[in-house]
Amino acid sequence: MSKAKEALLNPIFNDNPIALQILGICSALAVTGNLYITLIMCVALTTVVTLSNLSVSLIRNHIPTNIRIIVQISIIATLVMLVDEVLQAFDYESSKTLSVFVGLIVTNCIVMGRAEAFAMKNGPLLSAIDGFGNGLGYSIILIIIAIIREFIGAGTFYGIEIMPLTTNGGWYLANNFFLTPASSFFIIGFTIWALREWKTDQIEKPEFKISENSLEAEKRAV
Amino acid sequence: MNNNDTIKKTLIVAISLCLVCSALISFSAVELRDLQEANKTLDKQNKILSAAGLLEEGIDTSILFESINTKIVNLETGLFDQNINIADYEEGSFSRNPSTSIELPSDVDIALLKRRENFQTVYLHYEGELLNAIILPVRGYGLWGTMKGYLALEPNFKTIIGLEFFDHKETPGLGGEIDNPKWKAIWKGKEVYSDNGDVLISVIKGSVDKSSNNSKYKVDGLSGATITSNGVSNLLSFWLGDMGYGPLIDNMKLQETKDV
Repeated sequence: MSKAKEALLNPIFNDNPIALQILGICSALAVTGNLYITLIMCVALTTVVTLSNLSVSLIRNHIPTNIRIIVQISIIATLVMLVDEVLQAFDYESSKTLSVFVGLIVTNCIVMGRAEAFAMKNGPLLSAIDGFGNGLGYSIILIIIAIIREFIGAGTFYGIEIMPLTTNGGWYLANNFFLTPASSFFIIGFTIWALREWKTDQIEKPEFKISENSLEAEKRAV
Repeated sequence: MNNNDTIKKTLIVAISLCLVCSALISFSAVELRDLQEANKTLDKQNKILSAAGLLEEGIDTSILFESINTKIVNLETGLFDQNINIADYEEGSFSRNPSTSIELPSDVDIALLKRRENFQTVYLHYEGELLNAIILPVRGYGLWGTMKGYLALEPNFKTIIGLEFFDHKETPGLGGEIDNPKWKAIWKGKEVYSDNGDVLISVIKGSVDKSSNNSKYKVDGLSGATITSNGVSNLLSFWLGDMGYGPLIDNMKLQETKDV
């Protein structure tokens, strides 16, 4: 695989920011109650991470090491504020629902992580591709979670009714747990499990092994 | 590249980065402000019209809103105030400023507002000369934050036309169901005041027994959202009571009987 292709495709399944690096979980919990909102969030994050990687990489040879984190954060924060402004101007309804979570992209570990780990060491084009790839990797997990949560929690897919709810005179009693952010933990967990069953090289070696029960061992020795 | 870490270079990079970033943000904020403001106003107008049941498919909200008469009311006296320009009125700053608001003692502060502004905007809709609906902004604390909305009453100042929230932080699917069209539809036709003027409207736990005498004062609670439901009851009791629009409604009723 060429370097660019690798930078673009690797984060999607092989090195997924959420499923393997376990970054950016916070927003994966918070904004996945409904698919439309999730898509807006994915676009916002992908835009920010691509542009932040690009800009950090462009000035990487001039960033003094002792203030590099501050420089990265300033760039990211600026981009996030721009995205927030644009959202408020063009999609007011979603910006109301997303409220603080757009602003919280600043603290999303994926953006900062890619700027520090990749963009500081690679050229602008490759960095932008890497940012975009990571945005896609983030998006795909969020979209999976959102589809499951919206379907079980509200009986809809992208706002289209699939299972009519009892509250609207249908037969499906919505599982309210799936509307709460905590349900994402379980879905993320199962997603990671499924992914690692498929890509077995992602399974981590156990850090320690539980040793044999010492009493049992003693008994056997006697 | 090694000279990046000198104090001079550090300062130059830091300052120029700040300048570029702030220029970008200021530019976008100024450029997009009109659009954002327009969105906000449109959203509010939309909810006001929707509370009063005046929303029509296919007709622009801003055109429909031209039929609405906006007035500033002095909540203390219950009279319309001519001195404050509607464009200058802002609920947030009025309720914070000590000269335009009062602190609420905890026993009357059922909606947990802490301070209440002395002036509010109300919206009147006339059909010809006749008052058709009065729309009152209401707000109060729910589970996670303040719920802000509009209550529309019929000209008898008693029967509800609709209740619509435009800003709240309740849990989606639970308290967030205050936005559910089915639940909102229950409000239509309910009555807020008893014959002797007490605020009776409340959201109860469970469903309302339709055969009971008091059913017109009661609204089905939202399952799994008791605190939100109570919050809605409390905010209505507060704003319809003496500390809210009570004086205004009394005055307007008097006015009507005089006119007749």
